[in-house]
Amino acid sequence: MKSRSLWSDAWIRLQKNKLATGSLFLVGFILFSCFLLRWVLPHDPNDADISMKYLPVGVDGHLLGTDQLGRDLLARMLDGGQISLLVALLATTLTVVVGVIYGSVAGYVGGRVQSVMMRVVDGLLALPFLVIVILMREMISGWIEVMGGFLVDQWGWNSDLVLRFSNIIPLIFAIAAFGWLTMGRIVCTQAANLAKMEYVEAARSLGLGYWVILFRHIVPNLMGTVIIYATLTIPSFILYEATLSFIGMGIEPPNASWGMLIKDGANLIETQPALLFFPALLFSLTLFGFNFLGDGLRDALDPKSAKD
Amino acid sequence: MYKAILSRILQTLIVVFTLVSVCFLIVHALPGNPFTGERAMDDVVIQRMEASFGLDKPVLVQLGLYWKNLLLHGDMGASMNFKGVPVSSILGQSFPVSFQLGIVAMLMGCGIGMPLGIVAALYRNKWPDYLSMVVAMMGICLPSFVVGPLLQLYVAKPMPMLNIAGWMQAQDVLLPALTLGFGVAAYVARLMRGGMLEVLNQDYIRTARAKGVKTLDILLKHALRPAITPTVTFLGPAFAAVMTGSFVVETIFGVPGMGQHFVDAVTAKDLFLIVGLVLFYGILMGLANLAVDIILMFLNPRLRA
Repeated sequence: MKSRSLWSDAWIRLQKNKLATGSLFLVGFILFSCFLLRWVLPHDPNDADISMKYLPVGVDGHLLGTDQLGRDLLARMLDGGQISLLVALLATTLTVVVGVIYGSVAGYVGGRVQSVMMRVVDGLLALPFLVIVILMREMISGWIEVMGGFLVDQWGWNSDLVLRFSNIIPLIFAIAAFGWLTMGRIVCTQAANLAKMEYVEAARSLGLGYWVILFRHIVPNLMGTVIIYATLTIPSFILYEATLSFIGMGIEPPNASWGMLIKDGANLIETQPALLFFPALLFSLTLFGFNFLGDGLRDALDPKSAKD
Repeated sequence: MYKAILSRILQTLIVVFTLVSVCFLIVHALPGNPFTGERAMDDVVIQRMEASFGLDKPVLVQLGLYWKNLLLHGDMGASMNFKGVPVSSILGQSFPVSFQLGIVAMLMGCGIGMPLGIVAALYRNKWPDYLSMVVAMMGICLPSFVVGPLLQLYVAKPMPMLNIAGWMQAQDVLLPALTLGFGVAAYVARLMRGGMLEVLNQDYIRTARAKGVKTLDILLKHALRPAITPTVTFLGPAFAAVMTGSFVVETIFGVPGMGQHFVDAVTAKDLFLIVGLVLFYGILMGLANLAVDIILMFLNPRLRA
């Protein structure tokens, strides 16, 4: 009989979980719509026509109607989703890189180094989230502005493009600056457990170096935990981005994001409930998808914790 | 046990001291201050204003002065944005509001979340489990800035005794607390379910069942105490976070709580208010975590070494 790897085993278990497979398709479809389908839509998300405002669903080719400036709601939702998802995915990538390096070093070295490194994490977690994210964003914005100015002046980059990104990049770094802490802590616990395993001891007695053991034997075995937690980090970062945009500290016009669309909708809820309903629905479906997928991955990759 | 608590308090104090100092330095590193803002002021006026808050001295001297005033006189400095109102009186005014709101929200969160989690664990993989977990997932996936406006439109508007927004009468606490508590309930339900499932698989529960103890008695007398541990660990920091207010919920419902200052102070670069808030939040977090440790020792005698 052919033996199966941990990953193909997990894949089979995941396929048996209907909720998780459904979520996988949902997430895939939303990513496909926001990043590919958006470019073939007939309407431009920033095409404002005040005489066409508040069109109801399905009129004049506007599938979900139009907003207060006559812009196509569906196009804006997908365009906003692109930015919301981009922010969440890139911030999660940063979180994984920083969290895995920090956590695995702390957990593998152990002893006093580990407890000092984890106290630092505990300390940073005692900071109020909004204060630190807004401070970081402000600080990084300053640097990015200088860099953007240089790119436009010296290298002749398109200033609109630079402006678009000089709003998004500080937000990504600010969210990741606070977000890697939990990842670091989870990885550290796991790495500390792995460091005590016999196979690590065997590797050590074979005379392998510190870094080789860390990156060849410990980090690959952490990947299950990391993937589970990264999948659950994405929806929480989408939520952070939306919260920050909602309070005016995140994405700024002309960029759109789900947080901004929901904010606009919430202001018009009494007269135009559809403007809140559709963006909020897409937003919540995305979070549902990622969360159920993460739960399913946990059950598939770590059957002991599934408890059934 | 007392030694552990004491060292915990000491650790918290060191952490808070470091955090506040670092924040002080970060805010200083940002360009501008409240006086160099939009309103064009005379250079002489700006200099005089800066001098009155000690901003003309070197940064480290300012930091030393801050700690000296705080530790010797209990003086947290004055807000620059609110024309010199002491930070302590800003906190003193807004914290009681957030505290009331937070208590009601936590009660609602536990009141909804714990029964949901217990029912889900008892009926694992049957429809009550799926139903309560979908409700819990809604609490995580529906953000407060969606729940809040929906409650305003569909609950507050049809009911004459509820205000849509404001903080005048006793029942004004209900809707913002529900908005805040919904999210808490979601996490409580999931943690409670997980804790319960772990405990219900234990041998001593099977023994109790074999003896013919009624399900309710098993739950309340045998299972609840160990099963609540993960929930308690979550509730400590969550309590500290909820008690210091939420900017979003306060903005939607017009509640004069603390949450607004966390955003406004940072946007205005109101140095003393920012570090005051960080100090307050850090101490509250430390206290909450300490309370969690003590409660866990009370729940689990094995931790009382």
